[in-house]
Amino acid sequence: MNELLYLLREPWTFEFMQRALIAAVLVSVVAAVVGSFVILKGMAFIGDALPHASFGGVAIAFALGFNLHLGGAVAALLTALSIGFIARRGSVRYDTAIGIVFISGFALGILIVSTQSGYVVDLFSFVFGNVLGVSWTDVWLTVGLGAFILIAVALFYKELLFTAYDPSMAAATGVPVAAMQYGLLALIGLTVVIALQVMGIVLVLAMLVAPPATAQLLTRRLPPMMAIGALVGALSALGGLYIAWYADVSASAAIVLTATGFFFLAFLFAPGRGLLWQRRFVLTESA
Amino acid sequence: MPDNSPAFVPAVEVRNLSAGYNGHVALEDVTFSVERGCLAGLVGPNGSGKSTLLRVMLGLHKPWRGEVRISGPPGRSGRGHIGYMPQSELVDWSFPITVVDVVLMGRYGRVGLIRRPGGRDREIAMAALERVHLAHLAQRRIGELSGGEQRRMLIARALAQEADLVLLDEPLAGLDATAQHDLLRLLEELRREDKTLFVATHDLSCVAANFDHAVLLNRKVVAFGRPSEVFTEQLLAAAFQRHLLVLPGGERTLVGP
Repeated sequence: MNELLYLLREPWTFEFMQRALIAAVLVSVVAAVVGSFVILKGMAFIGDALPHASFGGVAIAFALGFNLHLGGAVAALLTALSIGFIARRGSVRYDTAIGIVFISGFALGILIVSTQSGYVVDLFSFVFGNVLGVSWTDVWLTVGLGAFILIAVALFYKELLFTAYDPSMAAATGVPVAAMQYGLLALIGLTVVIALQVMGIVLVLAMLVAPPATAQLLTRRLPPMMAIGALVGALSALGGLYIAWYADVSASAAIVLTATGFFFLAFLFAPGRGLLWQRRFVLTESA
Repeated sequence: MPDNSPAFVPAVEVRNLSAGYNGHVALEDVTFSVERGCLAGLVGPNGSGKSTLLRVMLGLHKPWRGEVRISGPPGRSGRGHIGYMPQSELVDWSFPITVVDVVLMGRYGRVGLIRRPGGRDREIAMAALERVHLAHLAQRRIGELSGGEQRRMLIARALAQEADLVLLDEPLAGLDATAQHDLLRLLEELRREDKTLFVATHDLSCVAANFDHAVLLNRKVVAFGRPSEVFTEQLLAAAFQRHLLVLPGGERTLVGP
């Protein structure tokens, strides 16, 4: 028993693991709340596009010697807003607009990196994530931005919900629908910014999608879906860090695989909606 | 014509309205009015501008010319008080939201930005659900409703909005005969409660049998008046560009190809 307690406690005796845990849990919770809108509106492609596009900003900041996070943040927000702008013009399809904007940003990043001679390890921590390397400054930045995002969703919950569910009627009743749509894109952009260092460009999408998708199978309304999604995200962060510590593997990959593991469990066993549940129902009916 | 009688109070007046998308004309010089407390049908072939007209009336699409005047009790007129039932296939029925949540959205315009709907709003939403006989399904997920229940929920949202004018886009489409009958009964009850219902539909026979007014639309208003005046073979042929048979049969008039 004491042995088990010791194993559970050991990782958190190191300060870098404490920082990693705070950052990863926070990012997962925020990503689950914002990600609920992402999966309900079929915006997963945007969740993938923003982190990739932000690489352009990170690379520019790297070349010019600016703060890399700031570069990524500016690029993610600009991409989010320009996707919204092009899509609202209506002359090209939404997913086409996303594809063109995000791949331009990512290609720009690769182009700039190819001009840099020597060691570009800082940049690669953005591609694959480096949760074990977060500083206290990063943690406080994550706390601040994360709190801002959650407060914004709480304040405008009613309007975001109405706009997501029925934009026409929302507009007819006087909800500022365009502002809400841009606002949601900006919130996704900010979430991507805080998630980048923890998860890396390639894996940010997983935390926006897997925990809320798990929660959707277990709940009937949006508020509990966000809450359960946040819980699944936090547990994935915790579980993933344990796996990373004891198996000595990539932390971001372990977090993502824990989250997708939760999803498949729900997919199979969710009461009423899981695969096995449906099969058992069919069997008892035919018996 | 009722226009001369002093009792005629228009709930909505549309004057010289022209509208379209990217240079394509969808509505041309449309003028008509709908009397308060009546059930009016908007009929016309596909692409005749029915949905565009509803969108302009709701304030979702800016017209090129002309105006839509909505009248209601003093201090209550204006666009925020128009109820709307969208076409069923435009509603996301997989959205994780309960029946009462959707009805509560009818209150959002009055609650205002950021503020939360209160106990009074919930009471009004529940009363609206009782009015359409759905109170027992208030906590259901919307995806679990039958076709007829879905339409009644959207009517309850308009009632919760305390809308005097409700625009309905194809409310009868895709319902079985019993559900259609129940929905029509509900619309007739609401008309008696002085609600004005403006219904875009493809069901000409239903309009002929049950409605007070009909607007026959094909980009322009082809005819406007009582269904018996509007549904003549000449006018229908002008609107639909093909011959339709009108069979007046006492209580029920059948219209078909």
